[in-house]
Amino acid sequence: MELLSGGDILIRALRDVGVKHVWGYPGGAALHIYDAIYRQEDVVHLLVRHEQAAVHAADGFSRATGEVGTALVTSGPGATNAITGIATAYMDSIPLVVISGQVPSSKIGQDAFQETDMVGVSRPIVKHSFLVTKPEDIAATIAKAYYIAGTGRPGPVVVDIPKDVTEPNYKVPYEFPSEVKMRSYQPSDKGHRGQIKRAVKTLLEAKRPVIYAGGGVVIDNAAEHLIAVARKLNYPVTNTLMGLGCYPGTDRQFVGMLGMHGTFEANTAMHHADVIFAIGARFDDRVTNELEKFCPLATIIHVDIDPTTVSKNIVADIPIVGTCTSVLKEMLSLIEQSGNTPDGEAIGQWWQQIDEWRAKHGLYTASRYEPSGGDLIKPQDVIKALYKVTKGGAIVTSDVGQHQMFAAQYYLFDKPRQWINSGGLGTMGFGLPAAMGAKLAFPDTDVACVTGEGSIQMCIQELSACSQHNLPVKIINLNNAALGMVRQWQDMQYNSRYSQSVYEDSLPDFVALAEAYGHVGMKVTKFDELEEKMRECFAMKDRVVFMDICIDRSEHVYPMHMPGGSMRDLWLSKTERT
Amino acid sequence: MKRIISILLENEFGALSRVVGLFSQRGYNIDTLTVAPTDDETLSRLTLTTQGDDQMAEQIVKQLHKLIDTLKVVDLTQGPHIERELLLVKIKATDSDVRTELKSCVEIFRGHIIDVTPSTYTVQLAGDSDKLDAFIEAVTHMGIMEVVRSGVSGISRGDKFIRV
Repeated sequence: MELLSGGDILIRALRDVGVKHVWGYPGGAALHIYDAIYRQEDVVHLLVRHEQAAVHAADGFSRATGEVGTALVTSGPGATNAITGIATAYMDSIPLVVISGQVPSSKIGQDAFQETDMVGVSRPIVKHSFLVTKPEDIAATIAKAYYIAGTGRPGPVVVDIPKDVTEPNYKVPYEFPSEVKMRSYQPSDKGHRGQIKRAVKTLLEAKRPVIYAGGGVVIDNAAEHLIAVARKLNYPVTNTLMGLGCYPGTDRQFVGMLGMHGTFEANTAMHHADVIFAIGARFDDRVTNELEKFCPLATIIHVDIDPTTVSKNIVADIPIVGTCTSVLKEMLSLIEQSGNTPDGEAIGQWWQQIDEWRAKHGLYTASRYEPSGGDLIKPQDVIKALYKVTKGGAIVTSDVGQHQMFAAQYYLFDKPRQWINSGGLGTMGFGLPAAMGAKLAFPDTDVACVTGEGSIQMCIQELSACSQHNLPVKIINLNNAALGMVRQWQDMQYNSRYSQSVYEDSLPDFVALAEAYGHVGMKVTKFDELEEKMRECFAMKDRVVFMDICIDRSEHVYPMHMPGGSMRDLWLSKTERT
Repeated sequence: MKRIISILLENEFGALSRVVGLFSQRGYNIDTLTVAPTDDETLSRLTLTTQGDDQMAEQIVKQLHKLIDTLKVVDLTQGPHIERELLLVKIKATDSDVRTELKSCVEIFRGHIIDVTPSTYTVQLAGDSDKLDAFIEAVTHMGIMEVVRSGVSGISRGDKFIRV
């Protein structure tokens, strides 16, 4: 058997587990590992400018591909900088392995230079973590880490490796385990057959059903099965922010996103539903509004891979623990076998009602927002232009705030993994590095980062990494010169006292900034030049283009749940409410 | 209501801190906690007590089970079970009346006096938590100097057992 140092074993194990790209940033405790990277070509390392971005980029790569993403950081500040990225991935169940260098074993606990208890600090935000204590354990630990990250409900796994464990002069035999078996970890797969039968019966008897599908459907690559079941039944489908794309956004049966900024028709249909079929969704507070008032008439079917998610916030009448794919396939075959069909008359009436709601207050009804024109560019129209220019086929990443909601509402995602955003943690700064990860995975697909002048400044340094690694992403900056969502809340709940949500004259010249990094900068101030400039932007296939678009500074995101209300209690504009 | 939860855990680095961290992270309280390796040294057996209704207990059990290092999680209060806790209590016993009264009290509760000095008695007592509470109440007026409780250990009655 070949003798290798710990550093070489780590990189060899990454290769053998199928890793091709690692995002990271070197430092003292990780230098043996970086030297091992230098001496091989199988695993490509991409240098970022801040460790948070390394994790977000690995995360974006994972969301775009479904593979486990990998990041490598050093001890101490390298590790703590990675924390926001890890928490982001944890909240959205994204499979990542984050490898951190650690001070040498003999120095652990001595407050050594750049020492942080990474396993301790990351504990609440990881699926699992390991501290490797000897080089002989590295390969098996890496195999376990990727297995744990990518199976069951996916999530980030931290592998902390003290510097002495990767020491170049201490060599041990290298063997990569052919399979991983853990007696304490056996993720469930198929749902309980009896429960699935009950669910099918309940679904077929429904008069006012809604299918509520979330990020779990995307993660489990179950979109085609969801579509098959939904089409078979002809039931309305709503997606969570994380689920967008798992059911085609342009399909007639799609009623839009639900929740705090969901459509009027999706939220109202949920409120009046008699059966809610929740799959891969978690009844998050941004979906349900006030729990006590949540969908009073509904029988709840809840399918999720994670037993703790079922009946956590809303008690499920029919709980099913299993993967979205296996449960949906089983449901479809049971529906077909049963020979029963939904109550056509009731479902027809239900659709009639939903279509009325859609016509009255839907996102695409004429009066949703005042029209753009002249110097007035509405953010909604920017997203519509983006959709038109990219023909609905771009991978869109976003940061967090109003721009994120406008993108979620107005870009109609037809495919899963097309929409990449930090839904759970709501991490500003996520968009650009996530776009880099997606662009690395899909170099021939348009990748747009929809952002705002607030969020983009949280990881703007990665414009430099875009140059180094030739990642020509497009940045669509909805610039309203304020922290828009904060200001919206201040308008609605704090009597327009704009505490710390405006920059006065301190915003940079984004065009000059982009150019300083060697990219193309564009400023758009007139509505009639928006679409043309956007075409120009996307025509530059091999350039990073930063579009700084000056949008209406006063726009709010609507619909918006009224605090303390039910799903159907919505603000529809600054003056209208349900 | 009081819950006694038994956990079989991999005896690995950081496993205990994950269990304890889970409770603070999710806003649950731990009333007592005992942990030690089992006859199989690769496994730890942990018993903890907490308060919660059925839904909360179910969620706690599911959350504990989700930890990668846990093999088995059982809410012992769901079925017939035995709980035991060890109490060590040091009592001021300079006065001969107190010494006599304490000795009879220890006898009634079936405890043992395990250390004696001219001014103190140290008592050992095992039983369920209510019994220990009752003993402490009975001797409080004598002058308690120190109380040490082990926390609850639990096991189910009958044929049921928790093993890998």
